Amino acid sequence: MNMATVEIDGIVKRFGTVEALRGVSLSVSRGELFGLIGPDGAGKSTLLRVLATLLPADGGKARVEGMDVEKEYRQIRPRVGYMPARFSLYPDLTVEENLQLFATVFHATVEENYALVREIYEHLLPFKKRRAAALSGGMKQKLALCCALIHAPSVLFLDEPTTGVDPVSREEFWRVLGALKRRGITILVSTPYMDEARLCDRVALVRAGRFLDTGTPTEIVERHGRMIWAARGHDMPALLADLRAHPFVESCFAFGDWHHATPSPGASLARLREAMEALGHREVEIRETPPCIEDCFIRFASCQA
Amino acid sequence: MDNAITTESLTKRFGTFTAVDRLTIEVKRGEIFGFLGANGAGKTTAMRVLCGLSKPTSGRAIVAGHDVAARPDSVKRRIGYMSQRFSLYGELKVWENIRLYAGIYGTPSARIKERSDALLRELDFEEGRDKLVRDLPPGWKQKLAFSVAIFHEPEIVFLDEPTGGVDPVTRRQFWELIYRTAGRGITVFVTTHYMDEAEYCDRVSIMVDGRIAALDSPRALKERLRVATVDDAFKMLARGDASPLYTNN
Repeated sequence: MNMATVEIDGIVKRFGTVEALRGVSLSVSRGELFGLIGPDGAGKSTLLRVLATLLPADGGKARVEGMDVEKEYRQIRPRVGYMPARFSLYPDLTVEENLQLFATVFHATVEENYALVREIYEHLLPFKKRRAAALSGGMKQKLALCCALIHAPSVLFLDEPTTGVDPVSREEFWRVLGALKRRGITILVSTPYMDEARLCDRVALVRAGRFLDTGTPTEIVERHGRMIWAARGHDMPALLADLRAHPFVESCFAFGDWHHATPSPGASLARLREAMEALGHREVEIRETPPCIEDCFIRFASCQA
Repeated sequence: MDNAITTESLTKRFGTFTAVDRLTIEVKRGEIFGFLGANGAGKTTAMRVLCGLSKPTSGRAIVAGHDVAARPDSVKRRIGYMSQRFSLYGELKVWENIRLYAGIYGTPSARIKERSDALLRELDFEEGRDKLVRDLPPGWKQKLAFSVAIFHEPEIVFLDEPTGGVDPVTRRQFWELIYRTAGRGITVFVTTHYMDEAEYCDRVSIMVDGRIAALDSPRALKERLRVATVDDAFKMLARGDASPLYTNN
C-alpha cells in the first residue's frame, strides 16, 4: 500500500471564537518538499503544531508516518523534527550545548547524525561557544534547523524558517532544504514569501484557515492565473492610479518595478498604452506576462473580499 | 541643507567588532529611502544610532536637524518609529493606543481627539475604534501601527521591516500609505527583506559588513550592475560578486 507520510483529513481547530483551521485536508508523499504559503494568521502555524503533536485538533484526523497524531503521539515524536516560528532554543546555552541537548533528549548523539547537519553547522562552528541568545537572526535560524535535525527525523515541520531572513540567506536555506529532500526527508514548510512557492514540489495556498488550492506551483498558476499586463513608466505611483481608473483594467497592483494589471474582457493593450500616454505618462511600456503565485493569491483575496 | 538625515563617517563599535563602519549618507527631505542589507550587516545598529537610541563611537549624524550624540532627545521627539516586532498594545483598544502614543509625544488632548477621528476616517476604520488591538487582523494592526508612528507629525519615520508576514494585498496597501506619507513631506527610512519593495523606494542603500556598498536609485543601481532587479543587485553585492559601487572615503 502506498501510504502518505502526512495525511490530513478535515482538521478543525478553534481558539475561543476564532476558527484557526476550518477543515483542511492534504496528503504529502515521502520525500516531498511541500509548502504552506500564506500570510500571518492564515493558520499555517496551527496546522504544523497539530502535526507535530503539540496541539490537539478539535475535529478531523491527521496521521504522520501512518500514525495518529493524538493516539500515537509518543511514537511520532522521535520521527519528526519541528522548528517553530519563534526562536525556541535555550538562550543561555551555547550553540554546541543546544545541539547536544536536542540530541540527548531523543537518545541520539551529535556524532552519529553529524552528516545530516554538517553543511549548516559549519557556518556555526566559529560561534559554537557563543550563547544562543547572542547569535544574529540568520544564525539562530540555522541553529534551530540543526536542532530539529539532529535526531535524524524522517519528517520535518518548519514554521516560517525564512521570515525576516535576507534574500541571500533565504536562498542558502532553500538550498539546504533541497539537499535534505534528496536524503529522502519529507518536508512541510510554511512561508509568507510567495516567491518561495516555486521552490516547492507542491504547495497549498492558505488563507483564513482554509486551503484556497493545492497543487504544483505550475498547476496553480494554470488553474487560477489570468494573463497579466505588466506596465511601467516614468512616474509609477501616478501610473498605478491612472491604470486603476481605466475601464480596460479590472485591478492593478504594484509588483516591484512593474505594475501588474488584470485586463477587463475585450481590453486592448495598444489602446491602453495610448491612453496612458495621452494622460502624460512617458516611457510607457506594457507587455503581456504570465502570472505568478503572488498574482494568483491576490486574485483569490480580491474575489473573496 | 534640506536633508532629513546627514551622516559623516558614522561608526559604531562593540569591543573590537565594527558594526557600522564610516557610514556617510544623505537622505533628502520627503524621500523614501530603502536601507537594505543582509542579516548582521549592521542595519539595525545603524538605525538605532540614527534614532538616538545608541551613541556612535565616532563620526557624526544629524537627524531632523539635531546631532544624535549631543541631542538624542531632540531627535527622538522629531522622529517616528515602527517595527514589525514592537508595535501596539494588544490589551488596549484602538483609540487607547492612539491616545497613549500621542500623549507620550505631548500632543494636547483636544488635538488628539480631533486628529484620531480624522485618522480613523482616513483609514476607513471608524467602526474599529473600540476594538482591542489583539483582535484585529494582522494587516490592520500594521496600518494602525504605522499611523500611530506618524501621528505626532514627525519629520522622519523609521520603519524596520514593517511588512513581514503580511498578505500580498495588505503589503501593497501599506506601500500606498507610505507614498501618501512621503507626499506630505515626511521622510521615510525603511528596511525590508522584500526586494520588490526596494523597487518602490526613491533611493536604496545596500549595506555589506557594516559599510554601504551601493547607494542609488533602484533604476541606476540596476543599470550600473547590468541586472534586471534590485534582488539580483542585492545578491551580487551581498555575496561579494560585485565590488562596492559606493565608497565613503
